[in-house]
Amino acid sequence: MLEQIEGSHAVAKAIALSRPEVISAYPITPQTHIVEDLGTMVKAGEIENCQFMLVESEFGALSACIGSSAAGARSYTATSSQGMLFMMEAVYNASGMGLPIVMTVGNRAIGAPINIWNDWSDSMSARDSGWLQLFAENNQESVDVHIQAFRLAEELSMPVMVCMDGFILTHAYAQVDIPDQAQVDEFLPPFQPRQVLDPAAPLSMGAMVGPEAFTEVRYLAHHKQVEALEIIPKQATEFEAIFGRDSGGLIKSFEADGAETVVVTMGSVIGTMKEVLAGMREDGISIGALTIRSFRPFPREALREALKDAKRVIVFEKSVAVGMGGIVAMNLRTALQDFPILVHSVIGGLGGRPITRDNLRRMFEKGIRDQLDEPHFHDIHMDVVNREIEREKAECRSGAVAENILNDVGVVAAAKAI
Amino acid sequence: MVEVSETKQKIKFYQTGTLTAGNRLLDEGHRSVQATIDRSNSLDSGHRACQGCGEALGARYAIDAAMRATNNQLIAANATGCLEVFTTPYPETAWSIPWIHSLFGNAAAVAGGIAAAMKAKGREDVRVIAQGGDGGTTDIGFGCMSGMFDRNDDVLYICYNNQAYMNTGVQRSSATPGAARTATTMPVGEEPGNEFGTGKNMPLIAMAHQIPYVATASVHDLHDLEHKVTKAMSFHGSRYIEIYVPCPLGWGSKPGQTITIARLAVETGMFPLFEAENGNLVGVTKIRHQQPVEEYLKLQRRFAHVFKKGNESQLEALQVIADNNIERFDLMSRGKR
Repeated sequence: MLEQIEGSHAVAKAIALSRPEVISAYPITPQTHIVEDLGTMVKAGEIENCQFMLVESEFGALSACIGSSAAGARSYTATSSQGMLFMMEAVYNASGMGLPIVMTVGNRAIGAPINIWNDWSDSMSARDSGWLQLFAENNQESVDVHIQAFRLAEELSMPVMVCMDGFILTHAYAQVDIPDQAQVDEFLPPFQPRQVLDPAAPLSMGAMVGPEAFTEVRYLAHHKQVEALEIIPKQATEFEAIFGRDSGGLIKSFEADGAETVVVTMGSVIGTMKEVLAGMREDGISIGALTIRSFRPFPREALREALKDAKRVIVFEKSVAVGMGGIVAMNLRTALQDFPILVHSVIGGLGGRPITRDNLRRMFEKGIRDQLDEPHFHDIHMDVVNREIEREKAECRSGAVAENILNDVGVVAAAKAI
Repeated sequence: MVEVSETKQKIKFYQTGTLTAGNRLLDEGHRSVQATIDRSNSLDSGHRACQGCGEALGARYAIDAAMRATNNQLIAANATGCLEVFTTPYPETAWSIPWIHSLFGNAAAVAGGIAAAMKAKGREDVRVIAQGGDGGTTDIGFGCMSGMFDRNDDVLYICYNNQAYMNTGVQRSSATPGAARTATTMPVGEEPGNEFGTGKNMPLIAMAHQIPYVATASVHDLHDLEHKVTKAMSFHGSRYIEIYVPCPLGWGSKPGQTITIARLAVETGMFPLFEAENGNLVGVTKIRHQQPVEEYLKLQRRFAHVFKKGNESQLEALQVIADNNIERFDLMSRGKR
């Protein structure tokens, strides 16, 4: 049914339709509305046979899901930012044990400086954890990918993160087709755990594994991700047959075929980009885009096939490996290493910095002339940066960086100018 | 302190020496779970605990008692630590019950999740135990455990308290007593060993959460231990039992003296045995003849320095702690002081 609905509320409905049995919740902006809604639904008896746990921290939230999933219950939680870092030990533990938990990440920056706005630093910090990471473009896809995530997780017996841009998606009202229960039931069978804590058939889980077997256990985690590369497109096809929508999958092309320059990105920013790129094509520039829907597993072959004829690629991402460059760019360069394709790394939108049509167009114009720095920090104010560098050179006790910069650009600077 | 009655037990043994010998004098209904042929052997033989390990002994009695109390419908979550390591060097496992180890600090949350799963599935006959050492309980696992108590999850948390991080090589925890030598509180400097005035009392903190049942037990009195575990399983909601488990390796004691040391800890007043329901003290194990703390301390090399010249104040401070416990919990049998 079509609804004009906030992203978080829509995701909560998708989770409810997926018949979860245990949901754990700890508040952190911007995922909070999702678990608030689920808490209300469980309390009102609208989700059958479901327990809602209010925990003391994100570490507790994911740990509770580890217990409930190991006991054979379909388990869900949501997090963001600092919360994800606080649960990180459990993040690795859940994937190490192969527990098919589904977790929403309302993508948000990591402090310090504390910042509640959107970028991908949180989920990127867990990119090597063994969890699958699916990125949603819009709120319709956020709903659809969550339903797919439960099936994917349970088929592989591995946990899945659904990453949706904080605020840009979680707090945006948009038209979303909320599926009906019969459709979801047809797509998502009941959870059949591979391993379960059961007094009728006792087993020990989470035992110590030494050097004699650790490599093999890790290899199998990698193997599951390789398997997922087959399963994800298959599920997207089956999903489309039932729901009538193309949602999810490994990558999605936006007129990338035959384009000289291809912009590669993830998440919601493609919405703005589509308009910019259409304008550039109207001006005779050969440029298209594609989005990576599944960042883990990384769809190496699909990207190679889609980009093989491109002359250059501009990777735009809201994440940075400090001291190195763009994370998605690094992954893509590895995938394309034997192709004669220039890959530009652009880092933008950090901590919620607005990404506008104008500043994108300016950056793309530089990109098609191969004039971007490596890596290129999109929409950065170098005068502000240089002032701080000068301060640090001038005196040892130069103060706190973030506060200094705020003095230069914020209300203090504005007041000084009066 | 209000006068509290003595912990109710069907059987009391007053003879010295081994208590288990007394089992044979009892009719079968009154014998310990461990004395019965149908005990579940939840923690089976062949594990790799040290000789004289108090934790292995305590865990075996506790889990077998819980198994009997729940008609064998039991799942356990284990914190990282000795108990986890010595029981499951995979592919070997000493556990014959469904058992999960996740992390050092999250056993309570994992157990809470299992209990929630059982509730969601309508299997509330399946009961859940979380267990860990003192480090996994009073330090790194404190947040998750407090959260579990707060939610009143249907879980019995058992802390095997050997008063330091033994698995990592005997470092101080917040359950380490004053003066005790550990690898991070060496007997050097002006105040040798662990500082006085530090540490936490988890049973009292558990009581402050007003959970249905809190108890302390010791491996020298296994009838009492089984009684408390059985009683704990008769409650729903969060329960906490702390079992005093000497560690020969970490304490520098003889493996054959684990039981003696555990008994002396109780009889000196260093480790009071009590029970509480809904935050209120409801029972204590009385002491008939208070032993001086020296009797307890001299069997453990971790306290060797308190007997050295110049450290008399440490010995006195430990005696004060024991005396205060006796006063606070009204531990002396009437008319015996």
